[in-house]
Amino acid sequence: MAERRIEIERPLSPHLGIYHFSITMVMSLLHRVTGCALYFGTVLLVWWLLAAASSSKQFDIASMIFASWFGQLVLFGYTWALLHHMLGGVRHFIWDALYGLEPGEPELLGYATIVGSVVLTLVVWVLVYMLKS
Amino acid sequence: MKTPFARARGLGAAHSGTEHFWMQRLTGVASIPLTVAFIAIIVSLVGASQASVIATLSNPFVAMILFAGLMAGLIHMQIGMRVVIEDYIHTELRKIALLMANIFFTLALGIAATYAILKINFGL
Repeated sequence: MAERRIEIERPLSPHLGIYHFSITMVMSLLHRVTGCALYFGTVLLVWWLLAAASSSKQFDIASMIFASWFGQLVLFGYTWALLHHMLGGVRHFIWDALYGLEPGEPELLGYATIVGSVVLTLVVWVLVYMLKS
Repeated sequence: MKTPFARARGLGAAHSGTEHFWMQRLTGVASIPLTVAFIAIIVSLVGASQASVIATLSNPFVAMILFAGLMAGLIHMQIGMRVVIEDYIHTELRKIALLMANIFFTLALGIAATYAILKINFGL
């Protein structure tokens, strides 16, 4: 399998720098970023379950931290990441079924994903604060 | 005769075929209703005491939905993180170490969550 390397000037594949903003690019990035955030965020869920399973003292500590402004901020972000990743997944299923690939449609699905995830997150948190008060 | 395809088989970055693609879709589909149910369960428990959280999570349907969601999510997470590691880590030793860490991490979370759900349902 000895192949001689021949140096030929070939066009390089496009680097990140030449891309200009597109909604599909940002949604692709956000899908991966929210996926990674949820990966580590699962620790919070398991911690909460373990706290509930161990003692009321442990549970109260966890509840206090989740109820703090920082905890609420993290949980708000967690909610958005979960819903955004879920809607991003639905978008991928639509593409897997070979729909939504005509010109303009992927962009439309991208805007629907971000608008949908923000609206759903706000709905969930309005419900949370309505139930709490 | 060994065809070029047979020689190339299993030599991609992941050393395997489409089973991860399929499993990622399968767990993804399962995660849609399970995520909605999970959010509903958590929202209903906002500000609740340990006693009422245990009462809710002791409901067989709630416990099973939570467990199913965790399992689907953990498998989905493990495959997803594996892809991320394979995409960005090109040093073989570091890649193998991170792939192992990924498996240990998701397994540890799965074991801990299973223990907690079992204890809430049967052990208190």
